[in-house]
Amino acid sequence: MTRSVFIGATAAAAMLAGAGYAAEGDTLADVTGRDQLICGVNAGLVGFASPDANGNWTGFDIAVCKAIAAAVLSDPAKVKYVPTTGQTRFTALASGEVDVLARNSTWTFSRDTDLTLDFAGINYYDGQGFMVPRSLGVSSAKELDGATICVQTGTTTELNLADYFNANNMSYQPVNIDSNAEGEQQYMAGACDAYTTDASGLAATRAAFASPSDHIILPEIISKEPLGPVVRHGDNNWGDIVRWTLYALIAAEEYGVTSANIEELASNSENPEVQRLLGTTGDLGAMIGLDAEWAKRAIKAGGNYGEIFAKTIGEETPIGLARGLNAQWTQGGLMYAMPFR
Amino acid sequence: MSEMHAESVAYVRDTMLPPAAPPNQQLGALRWLRVNLFSGWFNTVLTLLGLGIIWFLFDHFWPWLSHSVWKADSVQECREIIAARYGEGATGGCFGVIRERWHQYLFGFYPRAEYWRPLMTLGLLFIAITPVLFSVNPAIRRWVLAVTGLITLLLMGVAEVPDWAVLLMWALIGTALLLGEYAPQRLLIFTLFYPVVGVWFLWGGSLWFPLMLLAGFGVGYLATRLVPPRHAGLALPAGIAAALIWWLFLAGPVAGLLGDLAPARLRVIDSNEFGGFLLAMVIGVSGIAMSLPLGIVLALARRSDMFLIHVFAVIFIEFIRGVPLITLLFVASLLLNYFLPPGTNFDIILRVIIMVTIFAAAYMAEVIRGGLAALPRGQFEAADALGLNYWQAQRLIVLPQALKISIPGIVGTFIGMFKDTTLVGLIGLFDPLKGISDFVRSNFAWKGIYWEPFIFVGAIFFVICFSMSRYSMYLERRLSREHR
Amino acid sequence: MTDRAPAGPASPPFRPSMLIYDRRYRSMTFQVIVFIIVMSLVWWLIGNTITNLENLGKDIDFRFLFSRAGYDIPQQLIPYDNDDSHLRAAVIGLLNTLFVSFLGCIAATFLGVAVGVLRLSNNWLFARLMTIYVEIFRNIPLLLWILIIFAIFTEISPAPRAYRGEDAQNLFLGLIAPTNRYTSIPGIVAEHSPGVLQIGRIAIPWLAILFLGLLALAVVLRRWINARAQRVQNRTGRRPTTWWINLALFVVPPVAIWLIFGLRLTVPELTGFNFSGGINVDNSLVALWLALTLYTGAFIAEIVRAGILAVSKGQSEASFALGLRPNRTMNLVILPQALRVIVPPLISQYLNLTKNSSLAIAVGYMDLRGTLGGTTVNQTGRELEGILLMMLVYLAVSLMISGVMNIYNSRVKLKER
Repeated sequence: MTRSVFIGATAAAAMLAGAGYAAEGDTLADVTGRDQLICGVNAGLVGFASPDANGNWTGFDIAVCKAIAAAVLSDPAKVKYVPTTGQTRFTALASGEVDVLARNSTWTFSRDTDLTLDFAGINYYDGQGFMVPRSLGVSSAKELDGATICVQTGTTTELNLADYFNANNMSYQPVNIDSNAEGEQQYMAGACDAYTTDASGLAATRAAFASPSDHIILPEIISKEPLGPVVRHGDNNWGDIVRWTLYALIAAEEYGVTSANIEELASNSENPEVQRLLGTTGDLGAMIGLDAEWAKRAIKAGGNYGEIFAKTIGEETPIGLARGLNAQWTQGGLMYAMPFR
Repeated sequence: MSEMHAESVAYVRDTMLPPAAPPNQQLGALRWLRVNLFSGWFNTVLTLLGLGIIWFLFDHFWPWLSHSVWKADSVQECREIIAARYGEGATGGCFGVIRERWHQYLFGFYPRAEYWRPLMTLGLLFIAITPVLFSVNPAIRRWVLAVTGLITLLLMGVAEVPDWAVLLMWALIGTALLLGEYAPQRLLIFTLFYPVVGVWFLWGGSLWFPLMLLAGFGVGYLATRLVPPRHAGLALPAGIAAALIWWLFLAGPVAGLLGDLAPARLRVIDSNEFGGFLLAMVIGVSGIAMSLPLGIVLALARRSDMFLIHVFAVIFIEFIRGVPLITLLFVASLLLNYFLPPGTNFDIILRVIIMVTIFAAAYMAEVIRGGLAALPRGQFEAADALGLNYWQAQRLIVLPQALKISIPGIVGTFIGMFKDTTLVGLIGLFDPLKGISDFVRSNFAWKGIYWEPFIFVGAIFFVICFSMSRYSMYLERRLSREHR
Repeated sequence: MTDRAPAGPASPPFRPSMLIYDRRYRSMTFQVIVFIIVMSLVWWLIGNTITNLENLGKDIDFRFLFSRAGYDIPQQLIPYDNDDSHLRAAVIGLLNTLFVSFLGCIAATFLGVAVGVLRLSNNWLFARLMTIYVEIFRNIPLLLWILIIFAIFTEISPAPRAYRGEDAQNLFLGLIAPTNRYTSIPGIVAEHSPGVLQIGRIAIPWLAILFLGLLALAVVLRRWINARAQRVQNRTGRRPTTWWINLALFVVPPVAIWLIFGLRLTVPELTGFNFSGGINVDNSLVALWLALTLYTGAFIAEIVRAGILAVSKGQSEASFALGLRPNRTMNLVILPQALRVIVPPLISQYLNLTKNSSLAIAVGYMDLRGTLGGTTVNQTGRELEGILLMMLVYLAVSLMISGVMNIYNSRVKLKER
């Protein structure tokens, strides 16, 4: 850090910059060399990324960062969280400012190809929905013809909204808002008939209202929003590490590996898949440049996928999201970890 | 004469009448009211309008304010307390969020145990700027030092800094007061070293790095001195070259070496832990401090009669002044990585400071150009007549006067810049207004809180900016007296 | 600095050291060096950019401007829908920027002058209230004001629903419906409309053109009539009464248009979720406009006050001695003189207001920064092109404003002879 302060100041004085972190190349070596993972996160989204009064970050996306740090650096605390906005996130990643972006970003074709990014997987299947006051007497999004709708500007939600109303031959008046806080304020004051954003965000917003039962979330989900961690295109090994760390968390839930029983299972599990996952047999870690126990540490950092979900956004939390699409494939959901072999 | 007159007239008053009391309507409060509030139909209308405005504001905001709750740990708790106390449906402010999160509004994620460092930096800042800004009047200087010292100590008390830091601050303020009394010039030496101390306190690490950075200027100066007087024209390039060589190749190793010999280290704090008003102050103060020399050079360049220099200065100043600050911040956050050599990647805060400095420098250049223009022509001519060369004339005669005239404008620029630091929230930094509030709201306990943080932050901005603008007015008054 | 022809018989032969020591050549040398430094700096930046773009596999390509935008813009001055191109979205944004800046500059000027004068009034209460207003608005960031004013608007005005049902709220004057999303004002339609002038997709009613034409004509005529009255006064000492002609010039044409074409107001009606029939002025526009006005107005008030105080006291005393009433003293004697001091800083306030309008995104008003520099850049990932283009457009706007205002300034400037 001192070095980069120093470098920065020198650059300011002389407009000459020394070498900093490499933008291209071996991210794993950078991370281990620096002994810190730099994780691009949302600057504040209930349940997904939020710092508490002491500045400790918690949340569903944060757990991914912690798991990666635990896998690579053996310490889930060795993460520097860089808050990014919707506008700065991909630039921050492309320029090497962050190693991985765990910021509820939707996997789309153009982002994957044109922006030269790689989505390492999906940690939350979301979809865009609508919330309306119960008193409006609306029970379907199809009845929203002519309504005023609050939508966050500069996001894919804006495009989905336009597409949905086009496709259904309806008209609407957008109230563009800059951030979720303004959106809630406008919606609460009745400045818009409906508020649209990701269903998880709607649930969190609704839960925080003085009387949540006065508002309903309409059944229509108008878009697919697969959210997941993003890495730079080109550094495939680093992409593998992030992808398989995520799969390790998901697989752990599938095989019943929890943070409570992980030590026990590591020593006496009969399941060969679990043995490989936890590094008891085989050496999968070496194939991605890590040691044998990488996945074990990742799971221990915050628990398996199910535990993380329950702790941050699950039904026990005030946000109260059901697993839905995010249940294991064995439970009728879409969470499906590739085999560890 | 008078006697004759007295005899010839039947009755004449020979003593003065005591002045009669004015009629009731012209007395006391009534008279004041008539003169100041109801001196005509237009004034009466204005007064009634004014009263109406006051009543409207009071009526709309007082109930909400008077129902404020301070002791609550979440919005839900606030709502329950208000409903219990003032009945269902009552609304009130929930200032519990300030009680719980005030330190994040002030310091961002700066580690709590290290709060003494930014506070000490703030206190030292006042000590550093008093000899510059309040140089003339010892009474004012004394007063400013004492008050700002007291504020710093108060903040230290609130932030619960360790005792030894408080004691150190006491000692420093005492020394500064004494020095200000007996040897004000000595304080200037401290001003010179302040940037080093400030950077070291805020970011931590080894003291030697910033010190060696400062030493570069010394090296440059030394180099200009070593050039034989015959080749005086080479002095400036030689100085710049020496300083560059020092910064690029020598400063790092020397600092490392000294760090090994005499370690003076503080815990390193990353820039991304800065937030709230600390961030606003850091960006504002460093921006203004670095833009000042740049602004002077630009102003002189714009007044230069060398065609190319003039043109470059005009292009630069007009370009920067012609675009909104937010676009420059976008350049800092999105584009600067394209413009710098591949692989360069330094902190977003430093990038923002660079762009803010450039932005402020353009404005500063115009302020200083105004100061230069206000200087009587005779001053320039006198300097020429004394046979001073360009730089001597600027250094000894022109700039000291022009800068003094420009101080109100400089303070104005600073106020503007300090307020504009709220824009860094739009590129993802934790400015006190949006950045901090947005993440505070992302905690479920405070989700849905809207007005309270704005009121708190707005009040602090007001206090800081208002006192600065008062200071600049005081200066203007003093300057206008001097120039009469 | 000054031109002094060399008095010597012949200038000495040129030696390289003269490049540094001879005043004639030194400035040349210096300029050349600076030129080289600046150019190499620019070259360095461009070179870096090219290398970086290559490394990222990107190129500089403005074709994204012609692809489909796909997003909607609430407030638009010329027709636009989400099938239009990014370029058109950017133009909409630019027009929105210009629109709110233009309205803001006008309102802020009126407000600033009024407050600046009132601060000096002898009404104790009002002078203080104005001082409080100026200080509060000058010392708190604009972003906060924009957010607060927008939120207040939303909180205090009723939802459109409130105008429906049993205990429905009445329209203000039966014509205007302020709601928490927009203010619905009546539109004007003509019974016998002469149609519209179609330029591309922009439709301008002929009536509006006719009206503006007549208005311009009236302004010219008024000027001519006043000049003539002045000539008559100079010749005969008596000024012919012209006020009724002037009044008629501005009253007769609108009334005539009204009667001939059968204009009528369309009262906004609540249909479905929202009002239609009238013109809906978005709250984001009004709130932004109000915030910019109040904020800049506070600065202008200070400029006006300083300008008035700069006029020497003797001027007002002389004016009172001539028997002019206070308001005429202000209008005829003080303000014209103060104008010279006021106009230059006023120009920079106009520029500031225009640049500050880029905060519009905070209330979702889609200006240039919201469209080109916001959603477009976000959707296409073309931040280099988008932001540079946006900066150039802002620069052009600023230069235009300062150009126009500088012409005005040179006209009101004291002519020194």
